[in-house]
Order: sequence, then C-alpha cells, then structure tokens
Amino acid sequence: MNLGTRKVLDRSFTSLGIGSIVVMALALLVVITPIVYNGLGAVFFQGTIEHRKLLQDEFHRGDKAQLEREIEESGRYRMEAYRMLGEFEAELEGMDPVKARQYRMQLGPVKTALQGLLGPIPGEEPGILTRFRYGQTRWEKAEEKLHELLYESKWDYSDPNVMAKEYFVRRAESFEGTSLLPLFSYVEQNAEKMLLPRFTAYWGFLFDKSVDAHIFGGIWPEIQGTFFLAIGAMLFAFPLGVVAAIYFTEYAKDNLFTSMLRSANSTLAGVPSIVFGLFGLAFFINTLKVSESKSVLAGALTLAIMILPTIIRAAEEAILSVPKTYKEASLGLGSTKWNTIVTVILPAALPGIITGGVISLGRAAGETAPIIFTAAVSVGSAIGLADVLSSPTPALSWNIYNLASEHEMASEIRHVQYGMVLALVSIVLLLNLSAVLLRARITKKLKG
Amino acid sequence: MQTTVEEKETSMQTPAKTATRDIYLPSERKSVAGGGTPHVVAKDFSIFYGDFEAVKKVNADILSKYVTAIIGPSGCGKSTFLRAINRMNDLIPSCHTTGTLRFDGEDIYGKLTDEVLLRKKIGMVFQKPNPFPKSIFDNIAYGPRLHGMTDKKHLMEIVEKSLRKAALWDEVSDRLDKNALGLSGGQQQRLCVARTLAVEPEILLLDEPTSALDPKATAKIEDLIQELRGSYTIMIVTHNMQQASRVSDYTMFFYEGTLVEHATTPQLFTNPKDRMTEDYITGRFS
Repeated sequence: MNLGTRKVLDRSFTSLGIGSIVVMALALLVVITPIVYNGLGAVFFQGTIEHRKLLQDEFHRGDKAQLEREIEESGRYRMEAYRMLGEFEAELEGMDPVKARQYRMQLGPVKTALQGLLGPIPGEEPGILTRFRYGQTRWEKAEEKLHELLYESKWDYSDPNVMAKEYFVRRAESFEGTSLLPLFSYVEQNAEKMLLPRFTAYWGFLFDKSVDAHIFGGIWPEIQGTFFLAIGAMLFAFPLGVVAAIYFTEYAKDNLFTSMLRSANSTLAGVPSIVFGLFGLAFFINTLKVSESKSVLAGALTLAIMILPTIIRAAEEAILSVPKTYKEASLGLGSTKWNTIVTVILPAALPGIITGGVISLGRAAGETAPIIFTAAVSVGSAIGLADVLSSPTPALSWNIYNLASEHEMASEIRHVQYGMVLALVSIVLLLNLSAVLLRARITKKLKG
Repeated sequence: MQTTVEEKETSMQTPAKTATRDIYLPSERKSVAGGGTPHVVAKDFSIFYGDFEAVKKVNADILSKYVTAIIGPSGCGKSTFLRAINRMNDLIPSCHTTGTLRFDGEDIYGKLTDEVLLRKKIGMVFQKPNPFPKSIFDNIAYGPRLHGMTDKKHLMEIVEKSLRKAALWDEVSDRLDKNALGLSGGQQQRLCVARTLAVEPEILLLDEPTSALDPKATAKIEDLIQELRGSYTIMIVTHNMQQASRVSDYTMFFYEGTLVEHATTPQLFTNPKDRMTEDYITGRFS
C-alpha cells in the first residue's frame, strides 16, 4: 500500500471516529436538553397563591401571616368575579325558562374553567379530591385555564377530506347582552392579581410526598423506592458476584462444567429484562413466597439476578487484569491461595470491581420491567425501612411510565413527569460519576 | 567445607572432584563455614508441560550456603527447574513431574508436603520487580504478617533488618510509608529481595533478577548476592555469563532440558568438560 493511500485511510478513520462521536453527542443533547429544561421546571416555576395555600395546608410550610395578607388581597379581586357570576345567576332566575336553560348549559363550562383557575367557587360544595380544592398552582397552567375560560374550543368538520381542525370562539360572544359579559374581560385583566404568581423554588418537589396522585406535591416516595430497590439489589448481587468471579478466575478448572457456567452467565446477561420480571414473580413471589405479594424484597432480588452477570463479568475482568506477578510474589512468600486473593488480588482489582458494581447499581435504579410484577406500585406513600420485606413501593422508573401513559390527568402534569425523568437521570449520572471518582482515588492510592 | 564436598563425590559428578583445586577457590572466594551440605537434591527429576518434557532427568546436588548459577540458552528449562524447587510451577495446570526433588531430605513433590510451608523456607525473587501496590513497610511486613506476626515493634525490627540486609535501608528509611511502586527499578528489585528475606527463608531463588535493570542497579544486586552468600543457599538463573562467573560458586549448564554440566564456576568457565558447554560459553550459540 503506498504512502498516499495509507494517509487517506488514516485520515478517513479519524474523521469517521470524530464524526460518530459528534453525532452521538448531538443526539444526547437533543434528548437531554428538554429533559433538563422541563425537569427543572418542576422545581423552579411561577408559583401562584394556590401553590402557597397548598404548601401551608398539606405541609405547614411558608409564611402564614403573609399568606393571609395575600389571600385577603387576591380575595378582593376574586369577590368581584364571583359577584358578577352571582348577579348573572340571579338574572337567569327571572329569564324565560327556555333561554335560561340554554344559558345554563353554556354557563357550566365557564364555571368549571373558573373553578380550575381559582379553586372552588364560594357557596358551592368542592369535590372531595384535593385537585378540586385548589386552583392552578403554576402560572403557566393558569394561563392555559384562563384561555379555556375565555375561549370555547370547536372543531371544523367542513372539509371531509382532511382531519377536523380545532378553532376557538370567544365565550363572551355567547353571553352578549347579559350581566355575565364583563366577567370575561375582568378575569382576563385581573388574573394575575387573583393568583399573585411569584418565582418559586419548590425543593419540596424532591422531598415531599405526593398529594392527590402527583397532581400536587413531590416525588420523594419514588426517589426513596428507587434507592431501596437499587441498594437492596446490590446487597444481594455484589457479594455473590464477586465470589462467583473469584471462583471463575482462581478456582474453576478448565472443563466442560466451567465453560457451561461461563456461557450460562453470558446468556443471562443478554436476557430481556421483562423476562427477569416474570421470573421474579414466578420464583420469588409465587414459589419461594418471600412476600405475600409485591415487595421491595422481591423486587431487589429480581434486580439482583438481573445485574449479577454484569457484576460477575466486571469483577472477573478486574481480577484477570491484576498482574500475575503479584500473585507469584505473594505465593512465593508462603502465602496461601486464599490469603493471596484477599490481601493482594482483591485490593488490586478493587477499582475495576467497584466500577462494575456502581454501573450495575445505576442500571438497577433505572430498570422498569423487572419491578413491574415484583415491587412497583403507581401511587403510594414512602415506606419505612422496616416495611421493605413486605411492602411494595413507588419507584421512579415505573412511575415515569405510569404518569405519562396511565394517569388520568397525564397531560396536566407533564412537569412532574419531566421532573421524575430528570431526577432518575441525575441519580444514575451521579452514581456513575462517583464510580469514576472512587476508581481514580483507589487507583491513585495503589499507584502511590 | 572441602571434606563435606569430598563426601558428595559419588552423588555429584563434577563439583566434588574439583573441589580441592586452586581454581575453585580463588583468593576472594572463601569457603563458607557450615555450608556445603546438599540442600536440594534432584534424582532423575523431570518436569513436563502436558506431554512436553521441559526438564529431563536431572541429577544434581545444590550445596547449602553457596551460590549456584543456572545458565543456558532460552527455553532450555533453567527457569522451569528453578521454579520447580518452590513449586511455583503448580500455577500451571498442565505441569507435572517425575523422579524426586528433595529439600533437606523432604520430598518437595511428596503427597504430604505443604507447599505453603515449603515456599516460606524457599523464597523467590522474580525477573521483573514485583512489589505489591502497598507501602514499603507493608511490602516487607507482608510475609511476617502472613505468618502471624502482629506486634508493630517486632515488625519494625524485621523490616529494618531485612532492608539492611538488602542494602536498601539507607535509601528508604525516611519514606517507609510511601508506595513501593514509586521506587526505581533497582530499588524495587532489592525491595523484593528484602521482602523475601523478611520471611527468613533458607534458600533464595533468583529468576533472572537483573534482566530488567540497568548496569548500575545490576551491580548493586550482584554486590547484594555476595553479601548474602554464606547466609543463604542461593540459586540464580541468568542469561548473562559474566554475571554467572562473577557471583556464583557453582554453575549448572542446561541445554534443551538436560543438565549438561554442573561444576564449580571457575572450572566450568575455564575448562568445560562438555563440548556443548564450551560452545555456549564461548558464544558459538546462545
């Protein structure tokens, strides 16, 4: 091969390599940016007075005196709106019944939207769920509700060849000539004064329980459940995996049985995680009956089985990468095999073993399928450490899916979904980062 | 010492016969008090890797407290033979032996022999310096700790004594807590010698201990071997014939697994009995 061709080949490989990394980085950026942006929105947002009321009622947090002042201040503007509503309802009483019925039908959505915006209308019985007892806690949501109040959504079916199009009609038009008409422009102009939005850093999103199935409150039960499951899985898998790796590298003879064990291990690493989930249900819960039904214990055991092959592989490679000369030196000094493993080989292999362990920990934290049948519940409160043997737990990975697809108000709580995703990504990244740092520290200590 | 060697006349072909010659004990090589008894005895000793016979029916007496060098071209089985003496070859699964190899009369490959105890008495220093990634102190104290010593003061004494014996004390006494991997190659190798000495072995096996070192560090190791001669039975495998002639009292020449000649060093280098030995030491092949 001549020099020119060689150079062209070298350059093209370099540029291909750099290119593929750039593409990956861009793709990551495209995924990560909205997650970070929207996820941070769960903590930092324009919080309305309704948010502060909720915090006071549910968690007894915030300045009570100031809140009362704010309630009074916003109450004045609200009273005006409610007065208009009352006036119109009185007007309806004296109206022609047919017309009144028509107006009443149109008034229904207006009241619902007003309730959604400001909370229950005085004099009316609010629903029993928390979501009916507060208005919009976030200003951007309030703006959506305001739009809903001002405009009626209609669908244009005129052209049968295209999909129906949504268009909006001002509700005010329907109430032309009634006493309700001024309400719309009044609320539009004074919404801010009724809700008093203010920049809020709601750290409780990370440390609070959820209120009314994540419509309000935080995600602490999920975060805690994720930690319980991941750490529980490690408690089982890490010691077992290291012992298995020691067996494979130091004790196993080169025979059919060992190679069968090895290929079984490799195969296990490739089994889809949902299969592990089913296995966990069938084996740990139905057969061994480690718990009555779903529990953190059963989930941790299932996750442990799933990450075991990875831990074994990582530990095996770490042990094999320890220079043979260390072993010879130790044995040459009259050390037993066991002593050599414990005092020389394992310490030297520790960086690799720990890296493998922490990466598996991150994987256990992020897996969904294995815990669906064994540990996860959609809505639940944080459980105590004493309950891990018998109680199921909410967990980030499962609840991200659940909130996004099965929650009745999924489209209303996007910020919670993004917040959970960001929390999970951060936890996994933090774990991996700590693995890198730990590894660097131990390696430095070994190198002197 | 000479009488002891005379007695061995029957079991050992060459060294005994030449033991009284002037050339065997030049003025700077004094005989060793209490030495010269057969310490390691090989009888028809063969080593196999699977079916391959790496060392073929070796018969030899290694005399105590003297330095024996093993020379020969690459792949001649010299390292294999050395490593057989403290059973380091056990690490290779396919390796097995026939014949007998005795250490102080005990069969090294006997069924009841505890290889761990054996290795405590027969220490080894390897080709590449291989300190543990621990502090200098912990490296030296590793062996004594293994064998149950925990008293810090006593350990310190052993560490100092071993480092002094290995002529390393003056260089490292102020940084015993530093990682041993920070030392130079020559220092690391002397540390490995000190680490071996800390277990108080009877035999010191050196497997090409200077092949990874520069000439200056090599000279220090050779001086060290001279220092230790008379206190330990030393066997050294080397590629360097000058080194063998400088440091050893006896030399064994291996060729293709066979012990071709075993004689006092001066005799082997000046008046080899075997044609093959002569060709090798004169550099006709290597």
